[in-house]
Amino acid sequence: MTTTTPQFSAPPTRQTSISAWAKKNLFGDWFNTLLTIVSVLVLGWVLTTLLSWAFTSARWDVIPSNFKLLMVGRYPVNLLWRIWLSLAVIMGLGGFSWGVLSRDTRLLDRRGLIMLGILSATLVLVLALLTDPVSIAISLGLIILLVGMAFVGQQIGRVQPQLGTWLPLLWLFGFIVSYALVRGLIFGAPVRLDDFSGLLLTLFAAVVSIVLSFPLGVLLALGRRSELPIIRWLSVIYIEVIRGLPLITILFASQLLVPLALPGYIRTGRVVRALVGLTLFSAAYLAENVRGGLQAVPRGQTEAAKALGMNPVLTTSLIVLPQALKAVIPTIVGQFISLFKDTSLLTIVGFAELLGMGQTVLANPEYLGRNGEVLLFIGLIYFLCCSAMSWASRRLEKQLGTARPTVLPPDVAGEAA
Amino acid sequence: MTQPQIETTDTKASAEPIITAKNVEKWYDNNFHVLKGVSLTVTKGEVVVVMGPSGSGKSTFIRTFNALEPYQKGSIEIDGIQLSHDLKNIDAIRREVGMVFQQFNLFPHLTVLQNVTLAPKWVRRWPKAKAEEVAMQLLERVGILNQANKFPGQLSGGQQQRVAIARALAMQPKVMLFDEPTSALDPEMVREVLDVMRTLASSGMTMVCVTHEVGFAREVADRVVLMADGLLVEEATPAEFFSNPKEERSKKFLSQILH
Ligand SMILES: Nc1ncnc2c1ncn2[C@@H]1O[C@H](COP(=O)(O)OP(=O)(O)OP(=O)(O)O)[C@@H](O)[C@H]1O
Ligand SMILES: [Mg+2]
Repeated sequence: MTTTTPQFSAPPTRQTSISAWAKKNLFGDWFNTLLTIVSVLVLGWVLTTLLSWAFTSARWDVIPSNFKLLMVGRYPVNLLWRIWLSLAVIMGLGGFSWGVLSRDTRLLDRRGLIMLGILSATLVLVLALLTDPVSIAISLGLIILLVGMAFVGQQIGRVQPQLGTWLPLLWLFGFIVSYALVRGLIFGAPVRLDDFSGLLLTLFAAVVSIVLSFPLGVLLALGRRSELPIIRWLSVIYIEVIRGLPLITILFASQLLVPLALPGYIRTGRVVRALVGLTLFSAAYLAENVRGGLQAVPRGQTEAAKALGMNPVLTTSLIVLPQALKAVIPTIVGQFISLFKDTSLLTIVGFAELLGMGQTVLANPEYLGRNGEVLLFIGLIYFLCCSAMSWASRRLEKQLGTARPTVLPPDVAGEAA
Repeated sequence: MTQPQIETTDTKASAEPIITAKNVEKWYDNNFHVLKGVSLTVTKGEVVVVMGPSGSGKSTFIRTFNALEPYQKGSIEIDGIQLSHDLKNIDAIRREVGMVFQQFNLFPHLTVLQNVTLAPKWVRRWPKAKAEEVAMQLLERVGILNQANKFPGQLSGGQQQRVAIARALAMQPKVMLFDEPTSALDPEMVREVLDVMRTLASSGMTMVCVTHEVGFAREVADRVVLMADGLLVEEATPAEFFSNPKEERSKKFLSQILH
């Protein structure tokens, strides 16, 4: 018996050599081996074809020539500084929130620093191929602003930890300011909303419908659990009807049917109608996701709040919702990511957002047949935006998870881990 | 069918009643008769322990005192406020009645201090400073002062239950209800919670406790009542109840928990 003791006294050191790992995970048995070989062959074929195309026959000049068009569409060139300024507002806010949320940890460990360096270098390299030196310089400035504001946010966050709860409000304010900037509501020369195009329109449509569908979705979720039958039924009908319709029909209806149905003296902008469609659509799905979170909050929580004399409004807003929303952050972010991608459907109803602008470029006889180049580029932008969102969500979850460990309810704890 | 009320010859019997429940009847889902006419009067400063087999309606009964459970017949009056059938005076009564649950039910997304100050701030509308001062005093009383900024999930069960007691006390209730406060605890933590309850009792708080802690009942209770099948079967001083129960049902119950 005594001989077994030393064996278990130290945790076994894990063999992390690549060959051992590969042997275990890639060539475990004959089936695994087969899968590995087939995957490598397919992947290799796709990659070599793609790369050889990208470096030999692809003619990339279409991207730099139309870079501005794809990004901000037909936004007046002499007013572009307003877009830079509103980007600065967003970046500053982003850095600030990052700092406030990581007030108790290190902002950038070595890995983070290296990542940031690589990212900036890549950005400069890519931009150098695409645009002018001034834009590159401003982009670098924005990154410095981001990091700088992160340090500021961290310092302020340490002094005023309750600032964390005000961040959503700050963001709302930031969005309104940058919207006013881009629209030219603050500094003269307004640009009409219906003249937005390119990535600018994509981002605008996504952000506005995300921000607006959130409160609407939460209200619908609460309505679905209401004790008043009318409210409950209205919520259920709304949610189920919308979830039964494809987004594209809602968008078509918003563009074609709504103007016919409305009396002539009510004029609505095309973009506004599209935004309403996206928002109403997203809210129904959000409501279902939030409802899942509400159900995960144990009944004892409401009972404890009631026993303390808290009325239903206080109970919902201070006890139930915070726990429910935290539990469904990953689901909600997932939904927002798909909403972001769904804005590309706006192309079909005639908008020149990122994808639509790509079509416009391709329609130009000068760039005939450059589908591969343009679509790949657009795909990359979507990919970058979506990965940024899911990365941010994972960070947010981690921050909330470490700051507020929970025991109840178990299924929520399991997700946070 | 109502049980004849048994008069106790307690020193406090002449004191002012704070809870008067008369012939309370309740049905769950319109068919399960869970309370079949229960009457109980608790006077100011009295500690009443409610015992009885599982499913006899103890929790349901004390949860009618703060309107967590509606009831269909009878009447309940708390500190002169009538708890009417249509639940009119709920808010007024809930402010007077604190409750401690078997599963603690602390708010996991708030710190200990925030748990305790939440209701005073939002319901009593106290300024933050006052709410925190009171909370700190209470946390000190239950021995959790140094954990004020932790989250409930970081505390042991016994500590959590003591925070729950402090949270209920922060509303400065006139009556405290305890529903099996130690049943979910590991044995070694039962004592720390009972000690807090003992101190609370000796400070003159009116308490109604559902508990099977015989030691606590013997030492602290002014009266023990036994519930079975939705009825109040016996009502006696602890000495009498544990050594010389009158009812057959009580004898059977005691033989099960004392063995
Ligand atoms: N929400 C409910 N709906 C229907 N029946 C219920 C409900 N809550 C409790 N009951 C039933 O009412 C009876 C009394 O329940 P109660 O919780 O009051 O008993 P108890 O004496 O507290 O038991 P325990 O010692 O197990 O806590 C039980 O038979 C239970 O199944
Ligand atoms: Mg019970």
